[in-house]
Amino acid sequence: MRIASLLLLVAACAPVHAGDIPLAERRSGYEFMGRETRAMQDDEATSPALFWLLDGETLWKRPDGASPTACVSCHGDARDSMKGVATRYPRVVGGKLVNLEQRINACRVERQKAAPFAYESKELLALSAYVARQSRGLPIAIEADAANQRYLDAGRARFEARQGQLNLACAQCHDDNWGKSLAGTPIPQAHPTGYPLYRLEWQSMGSLERRLRNCMIGVRAEPYAYGAPEMVELELYLMWRARGMKLETPAVRP
Amino acid sequence: MARVAVTLPSSAKRGEVIEIRTLAQHAMENGFRHTQTGELIARDIITKFSCSYNGVEIFRAELHPAIAANPLITFTTVAAESGTLEFRWTGDNGYVASYSAQITVA
Amino acid sequence: MTSRRQFLGLAAGALAAAKAHAQLDPNIAVKRRIALDSAIAKVTRGAKLREGKVKLEVPPLIDNGNAVPMTVTVESPMTAAEHVKVIHLLTEKNPQPYVLSAYLGPRAGKARLATRARIADSGRVIAIAELSDGTYWSQTVSVIVTLSACLEDGLI
Repeated sequence: MRIASLLLLVAACAPVHAGDIPLAERRSGYEFMGRETRAMQDDEATSPALFWLLDGETLWKRPDGASPTACVSCHGDARDSMKGVATRYPRVVGGKLVNLEQRINACRVERQKAAPFAYESKELLALSAYVARQSRGLPIAIEADAANQRYLDAGRARFEARQGQLNLACAQCHDDNWGKSLAGTPIPQAHPTGYPLYRLEWQSMGSLERRLRNCMIGVRAEPYAYGAPEMVELELYLMWRARGMKLETPAVRP
Repeated sequence: MARVAVTLPSSAKRGEVIEIRTLAQHAMENGFRHTQTGELIARDIITKFSCSYNGVEIFRAELHPAIAANPLITFTTVAAESGTLEFRWTGDNGYVASYSAQITVA
Repeated sequence: MTSRRQFLGLAAGALAAAKAHAQLDPNIAVKRRIALDSAIAKVTRGAKLREGKVKLEVPPLIDNGNAVPMTVTVESPMTAAEHVKVIHLLTEKNPQPYVLSAYLGPRAGKARLATRARIADSGRVIAIAELSDGTYWSQTVSVIVTLSACLEDGLI
């Protein structure tokens, strides 16, 4: 109840104006966490995300589908072939904007002739975590270009539009009021630098889409469906907004 | 498949105190949560963990529902001799997991 | 997440049921303190609990109560003659007070233990060490548990 009334106060006072945060001022959610939570992310041997990475490595090598083939059959060692890949998603592939999970599923369907993994399934999380892990430490490399410009604009419009019963835009908290406290918790800038990540609240690994759905439930909006175009456009905008920041996958967040 | 992850040095000097970090993949359902219709979700946790060094138990722990999901237990032991460290987790509903590691002590 | 239709169905069903599962006992704070005190008494077998020798490291401001890293270190030579036998971790505000009991001994080399616990609410966390000479030592830390923002449960 308290959170709702605080948010209403913010909604009443702050006009919606968005601003791209300059690279020098961009701060990852990592910096808004306590020291001990950061240590959970840093020590990979004891990170709660470890098991998903191990499962991802197993899935990478496991033959599947009609032939059957494994990811490793075409892509070889992920540590080489997947390096840098996650920093460039979402991207336009075959005329359609797709995120990393959708790209993995497209490969499963088209090349392995296997069934796609369900969104938020253990397998899809494990595989996308494993693939994205190969880009850990690399800067997010989304650039606006002719192919993605209209998706980027659509994503930005969603970030800046008021939504939900609380009539709040993402920008109002995450552009205009980041760093301030909301009911005892600091408001981060909302850069998706570590997805998929282990959210302590979920006690499990989850994707950016799951987190965005949580945000939308937070403002009492109808959350976008997993894999919906609106969702992927917003992911593209968020990754573009975080360009230049280092990927931390798999991150740990409260 | 019960997954666990153990980190410890593969070799050590005799008498050196080594740190062993263990992780087990387990949801640790605490038995205090309810479904939206009010039904209690039954407890399902790891209850015991033990480590033995060349057959001698050197560490043991009792875990309660207040241990977080994917339990982490970090402890130390003296590198006494070369040999095998055996790790064992047991819990509700017949859960069992084990892991074995070799250490060379010079 | 439950759809509106599902929720109305559930609510109707819940009203039909006589029990009020979700109601919290108004005396819960007192009951939990009593449970903690009796757990401590059980652990120490009635012996005097002294402050000291034990260092309990736990973040004073907790990002999320689902996984709270904590480390216990006890000053002890860890020899056959003088060592830590058991380390207990307990909390005040959980549905039950026990967290972990770890059995050490001289082969540990150091009395040092780390784990991640669940802490339901702001309150005290206690680490108790039983030494080989039969004495009990402890340290108590007060922690504040904050909630994460923007959860999945739309019913809060």
